[in-house]
Amino acid sequence: MLAKRIIPCLDVKDGRTVKGVNFVDLRDAGDPVELAWQYSQQGADELVFLDITATHEKRKTTIELVKAVARQVNIPFTIGGGINELKDAEVLLHAGADKISINSAAVRNPKLIDELARSFGRQFVVVAVDTRAVDGKNFVYLRGGRDKTEIQTEDWVKEAEQRGAGEILLTSMDHDGTKNGFDNMFLKKINESIHIPLIASGGAGQQQHFVDVFQQTNVDAALAASVFHYGEILIPELKETLRTNGIVVR
Amino acid sequence: MIGIVNYGAGNIFSLTAALQRVGIPYGMIDKLDDFEHYDRVIIPGVGHAGAAMQKLEETGFVQRIVSLKKPVLGICVGMQLLTSFSEEGNAELLNIVPLKTLHFDKHMGKKIPHMGWNSISPKRDCPLFEHIADNSYFYFVHSYFIEADEEYTSASCTYDVVFSAAIQKENFYGVQFHPEKSGKVGEQILLNFSRL
Repeated sequence: MLAKRIIPCLDVKDGRTVKGVNFVDLRDAGDPVELAWQYSQQGADELVFLDITATHEKRKTTIELVKAVARQVNIPFTIGGGINELKDAEVLLHAGADKISINSAAVRNPKLIDELARSFGRQFVVVAVDTRAVDGKNFVYLRGGRDKTEIQTEDWVKEAEQRGAGEILLTSMDHDGTKNGFDNMFLKKINESIHIPLIASGGAGQQQHFVDVFQQTNVDAALAASVFHYGEILIPELKETLRTNGIVVR
Repeated sequence: MIGIVNYGAGNIFSLTAALQRVGIPYGMIDKLDDFEHYDRVIIPGVGHAGAAMQKLEETGFVQRIVSLKKPVLGICVGMQLLTSFSEEGNAELLNIVPLKTLHFDKHMGKKIPHMGWNSISPKRDCPLFEHIADNSYFYFVHSYFIEADEEYTSASCTYDVVFSAAIQKENFYGVQFHPEKSGKVGEQILLNFSRL
């Protein structure tokens, strides 16, 4: 059976991980490649790198990062952050990225999804969506949840699928950082409205939250950052808990 | 040494990286003469099967590949090229293995692409799956699948339908999953192929 995926997310700036990590056995906690390798050894199913570098050297450092990860890590990974045009994606593909993730660039220029899917196949295109509820309706937000748009999240997710997204990474900004669990009601609704894989993000604090999101929403994957980086949840234990609860994991 | 057929269908960085990780020497097959230099051949491939076949035809390698007697491993779309036909672009393919490549969409109600880790059941006697336990998980990303077959399916996988996770006919092997992205078991497949 197809397994539910557990995906650690690493924020990277200037080639270094941003948020603190405290794995005891890391030689260099700021090295995204070593961290990625550790996660792959622990049984992570996939990795997401979010590159928030803002300098002119960005493209070069990102490519170096992607190459280093592809060389050393034997599980799939996605890279996101600052991909605005076809050319940006193409160099990442050739550097060994399995998927790219686009967020605000797709909102600003939805045709980018079509172009990327046509050029590289839809399996390469993850559309990341940051969502926040306002008066009972979910809206797409940009810039990490700071800028509200008038686009309703459900509409945008369906449009992204139609245009050629191979996967949706949905982050609930209302839940992100709370450690109170995923936004299961909304994730379930979105998951039932699309026919491509959905990655749940935002709110993971305990192992039970992962059990809940898979049991209550049937999403394909769950992503988290700090609970893994700080060692609050260890992936082998999490997988054992999921297995005990009848959820298929690798 | 393994020769990788370089016909421009997708990214091969991950494949060469995996071969390097496990210490398998490899080189590129860019022209017909290069086939001589290698004792086994990998046909990679990502993307559209019809388009990949067209690119392969443009290289002029087709006749040579079909007549190869050394071990050949097709990966993902490279495996699909070994079959006779794909519903993706309604394309005629190499027809080395008399099976068809079909679209999931028409045959099931699940999410497309079939993306992620799925467990496979290898046939006991296939040397490609030596040291691979039954129900091991491999990483798949595909929207088209090769039908399951009594004779040629060497490992099966289920995603609503039972399909060929791997096929074999004589010296031709194919895997639908990505060994270069499938953790340790994937690397074992590459090692097994290098020792056939």
